[in-house]
Amino acid sequence: MVVGMTMETFLQQLINGLSVGSLYALIAIGYTMVYGILRLINFAHGDIFMMAAYFTYFGIAVFFLPWYVTFIITIGLTMLLGVTIERVAYRPLRDAPKTSLLISAIGVSFLLENVATYLFSGKPQAFPEFPLMTTPFFIGGLSFQPVSIVIPIVAFILMSALLFIINKTKIGMAMRAVAVDYDTAKLMGIKINGVISSTFAIGSALAAVGAILWCMKYPSVLPLMGVVPGLKCFIAAVIGGIGNVKGAVLGGLILGFSEVLMVAFFPALTGYRDAIAFVILIIILLFLPNGLLGKKQVEKV
Amino acid sequence: MKKTLALLLSLAMVVTMVAGCSSGSTTSSADSDVIKIGVFEPLTGANAAGGELEVEGVELANQLRPEVLGKKVELVIADNKSDKAEATTAAARLIEKDKVVAILGSWGSSLSIAAGDVVKTNQIPAVALSATNPQVTAGNDYYFRVCFLDPFQGTVMANYASKKLNAKKVAIIQEVSNDYSVGLAKFFTDSFVKLTGDPNAIVATGNYNTGDQDFNGILTNIKAANPDVIFAPGNFTESALIIKQARALGITAPFIGGDTWETNEFITVGGADVEGAVMSTFFDDTNPLTEAGKTFVAEYKKAYPDRENIAAVTALGYDGYMMTLDAIERAGSADPVAIRDALAATKDFEGATGMITIDANGDATKNEAIIKTVKDGKFTYLDSVTID
Repeated sequence: MVVGMTMETFLQQLINGLSVGSLYALIAIGYTMVYGILRLINFAHGDIFMMAAYFTYFGIAVFFLPWYVTFIITIGLTMLLGVTIERVAYRPLRDAPKTSLLISAIGVSFLLENVATYLFSGKPQAFPEFPLMTTPFFIGGLSFQPVSIVIPIVAFILMSALLFIINKTKIGMAMRAVAVDYDTAKLMGIKINGVISSTFAIGSALAAVGAILWCMKYPSVLPLMGVVPGLKCFIAAVIGGIGNVKGAVLGGLILGFSEVLMVAFFPALTGYRDAIAFVILIIILLFLPNGLLGKKQVEKV
Repeated sequence: MKKTLALLLSLAMVVTMVAGCSSGSTTSSADSDVIKIGVFEPLTGANAAGGELEVEGVELANQLRPEVLGKKVELVIADNKSDKAEATTAAARLIEKDKVVAILGSWGSSLSIAAGDVVKTNQIPAVALSATNPQVTAGNDYYFRVCFLDPFQGTVMANYASKKLNAKKVAIIQEVSNDYSVGLAKFFTDSFVKLTGDPNAIVATGNYNTGDQDFNGILTNIKAANPDVIFAPGNFTESALIIKQARALGITAPFIGGDTWETNEFITVGGADVEGAVMSTFFDDTNPLTEAGKTFVAEYKKAYPDRENIAAVTALGYDGYMMTLDAIERAGSADPVAIRDALAATKDFEGATGMITIDANGDATKNEAIIKTVKDGKFTYLDSVTID
């Protein structure tokens, strides 16, 4: 198997891994942000991602808006959706046990999936084509789709922007304060609701960007399309150390590369590709319970 | 305030649940003045487009022949959500809650196989419409089918690849979580190896799961193996994405597949990249073989004037319903076991997709397949193949 593989095939697989991994990274950042601040695993994140894909589909294929207008509207609507979900499903439970919050998140996830099935039918919709992004060009025998190069660049830019916001701006400082100690932050006069809303807005915007790029690469839109990416990106966030933005990117890339490399080196195991995510998760959690870049949790007494 | 709201919400939930339960009839429909037939199809999830096409055929047949034995036939449609676990529940619900006397469906062999035990233990006859895997009817006296089987379909496509496309080396891409895809890939392999006399004629195999969207990994391996033809039986959305990604990777080998490709979504998702893709299927709407076929085409065009072509599975849905009603009439009663016996005795029934005779396994004996290709964004007749 390995012997028969040429350098060209191997390089092509690395390109595949980089683009899938960066997509995972983009979505994983959203998970990690919300967890970092609220200690909540937002299980609806994958479905927010799915809704963003539908917003884009409707903007371009149904209402014939230009793509740049559609992208702005999509990001706006998705942010609104994220903030609304937080307002309706999470805020009333803020002082409730974390388990209730988690169950509420799962409820929102099912609600979004079923609403989407009801409104948009269970049939796949074809996402509009972006020839500029998808027409491949070849270097040697290697095929590059422009979108596969754009994805890692966008992921890197957004990660840097996010790190800047968190570390250098006032709202970022407030976010970090809330993450460290919710009650004390409140006593210090930080407007908790505003901070949490902005967290959800940013997380959802990232999901929207992820969805747009995802659909350019895999142009079909389905009500359940967010389930598997949601799960995998959650795993990516945990691998990198949930709550840590750089960790989410690292986790996403590790996951993307391992999936593709497993397919490359063990073609007979390709049907188990999804299992690799869980295997990596278990191994990392066994040795590094806080993930690769996660901080050690100190229990307060 | 919050508590009142929560109370109201939970009350609303309880009310809808109770309402949902009470609407189901509890008397057996064999004794009442309606005969209930269950339609068991994926209407949501990955296979939804296929399920919807079959339901169209069943409903059209029901409009044309709404009564049997002087009683009204009522269709009870159950969604199996393209999910094997859900399929068992959906079939059980049709039998236990809705008291249907027969079941039609499902699109997708895996889903039909999942319901096999339920129909067998409850002794309710079921007619698979386009489920082609042998396991659907094997060892099950209560499952019948109106379409051809995968050993036949695999042979047809292997012949096509070997004789028409002069392929020597073939790569296979299969949906491992789907019995249909794995079965068809195996029958194709057996037949193709025999035709070429080369035990290594299958140069690469790629596996994926239903719902996957990224196939670049397996396609890169296949590109390295440089096959003449790629055989990729599987669900329509995934298959369309596979072909798109293959073309983007610079793979130029032709793609061939099975009957599940023939849905509009295959073309809308695949776009220009699926042009030239070739598949075997059950029925050609431009050239129906029987009088019943001509009636079906005319009625379908009346009911759906804006459709450009008619999917073969819609014709099979029509046939499944008509054959079941024919059996009920011959049985002279709506007793499920009597219907089963009459279905098993079906001989030379004129369906839209050809003459149907049910053999000892409960399968329709059919030896003709239609080969279609995608041309200018439409499924177009290419050839018909008869194998004895």
